[in-house]
Amino acid sequence: MPHFKKPAEGSWTEHLKIGTEPVSYEDSISPEQYEREREAIFKRTWLNVGRVEQLPRKGSYFTKELDAARTSVVVVRGTDGEVRAFHNVCRHRGNKLVWNDFPREETSGVCRQFTCKYHAWRYDLDGKLAFVQQEGEFFDLDKSAYGLKQVQTEVWEGFVFVNLDPENTTPLRAYLGEFAKGIEGYPFHKLTQVHKYRAEIGSNWKLFIDAFAEFYHAPILHSGQYMADEARKIQKYGYEALHYDIDGPHSMVSSWGGIAPPHDRKMVKPIEAALHSGLFGPWDAPDIGLALEDLPPAINPSRDKRWGMDSFVFFPNFMLLIWRPNWVLTYHYWPTSYNTHIFEGTCYFVPPENAFQRLQQELAAVSFKEYGLQDGNTLEATQTMLESRAVRDFPLNDQEVLLRHLHRTARAYVDDHQRRSAEAGTPATS
Amino acid sequence: MASVFPDGFEALEPFADWAVRGEKARYAKRLASTMDELDAFYNVAFPLLESSKDYLEQVSMEDISEQDKRLLWLFCALVTVAFPVEAWRQPRVPDSGPSTIDAILEPAV
Ligand code: FES
Ligand SMILES: [Fe+2]
Repeated sequence: MPHFKKPAEGSWTEHLKIGTEPVSYEDSISPEQYEREREAIFKRTWLNVGRVEQLPRKGSYFTKELDAARTSVVVVRGTDGEVRAFHNVCRHRGNKLVWNDFPREETSGVCRQFTCKYHAWRYDLDGKLAFVQQEGEFFDLDKSAYGLKQVQTEVWEGFVFVNLDPENTTPLRAYLGEFAKGIEGYPFHKLTQVHKYRAEIGSNWKLFIDAFAEFYHAPILHSGQYMADEARKIQKYGYEALHYDIDGPHSMVSSWGGIAPPHDRKMVKPIEAALHSGLFGPWDAPDIGLALEDLPPAINPSRDKRWGMDSFVFFPNFMLLIWRPNWVLTYHYWPTSYNTHIFEGTCYFVPPENAFQRLQQELAAVSFKEYGLQDGNTLEATQTMLESRAVRDFPLNDQEVLLRHLHRTARAYVDDHQRRSAEAGTPATS
Repeated sequence: MASVFPDGFEALEPFADWAVRGEKARYAKRLASTMDELDAFYNVAFPLLESSKDYLEQVSMEDISEQDKRLLWLFCALVTVAFPVEAWRQPRVPDSGPSTIDAILEPAV
């Protein structure tokens, strides 16, 4: 028996007109398709690389490894206060410009200029080449022609995005579309207490998005958190969402409240009862200057009283979760090969005023990590068996509508890029 | 020498080694412990957490004392330890195999 209303067509999948047939996961196991995705997706779309709070002052910078686009960028706040990004490569002989002890690790800090470790060429915060060691040894070197290679950078609601395609003409806001428009005004800038986690995952990047874009698995994979009786009850109930939607390449699922706190107190673990917190966050929402009914329109789009949280998937690899108790979780999936990626999960809370609130937030952050470990490990099992190609088509249900859309979208980006490259007579993969 | 924890939390002294800074280090300590050790810590610390909500609510994060900081770290460790004690019955997350998720950025306290 359904718990929530579905669209007139009878299912979300039919309502969104994206087909109901079984799907192939070839896009997640093919090294060739991954090479195409690098070109068609990661070198061409807007990618979220961080938040403005990571750049508090003039000269604040951080680096971001974008392996799928075969580059690293350095994002910096200039002396004029503007946020800019550059390919992290020195114009002299190509050394990585900004790094600490380990060239492959990301770093951050504050500086007045960037100095290359190799021969000490220096660049100012706007990317201009400012100093060349023994300049007289060069041959009519025109310093103004050797500034850092700039990357298109824009900020939406404090989230810093880059686009590596110099020919991209779609502004960030237009790319992010209707969901972003409907989220604007949410006070992200007040949520400055950050817990950030990172994991290396043995699966294709899209498979982890799949795992977090459906909750069909939650009563099963994560049932160990409940007493056996409760686990059975939850499995019988299953899971359904309040609302699903897609907009261009992006999608969202709106979920009911779940356990924050549950009506049935037997489902609450003792630590959750003691701290009034859990996976869904601290039960008492802090004041963020917005009442529940005044949240921007894309949040809780069905305006259901039972609403608990929304998950937005901004294509390709940025997920934004807005929770009813006024906190935010972001996920990023950074591919490193066709069957590996780096996962980042970041919790954003209003800074705690007292030790009790700090503990409530700790429980929410740690709960996310405990369940994430189960998800991450399952994915490795999925990847290896998909790669066997023993089974090639997989039925997806109506709760897996976002997955269907993600894989369709990724394939469409690749196909579109292949077609345009063929028309232009250029090779699609470099 | 001043005691490790604030007045009223003397019962925690034998478990002072759980007052560990940072989730990554607390989680490593959990994985390196036996269930007996985790239960022993939990059985003493959990009732104290339950009864000290009022106390913790008046500990301001702005000017937190060294003693309160250690108490907070210890209760953060209790949060991490609560998963194996209350749910998993083993130090590792079940079905998590070799996978890891590491804290790479944490609040200062
Ligand atoms: S490579 Fe950077 S100064 Fe030579
Ligand atoms: Fe999960």
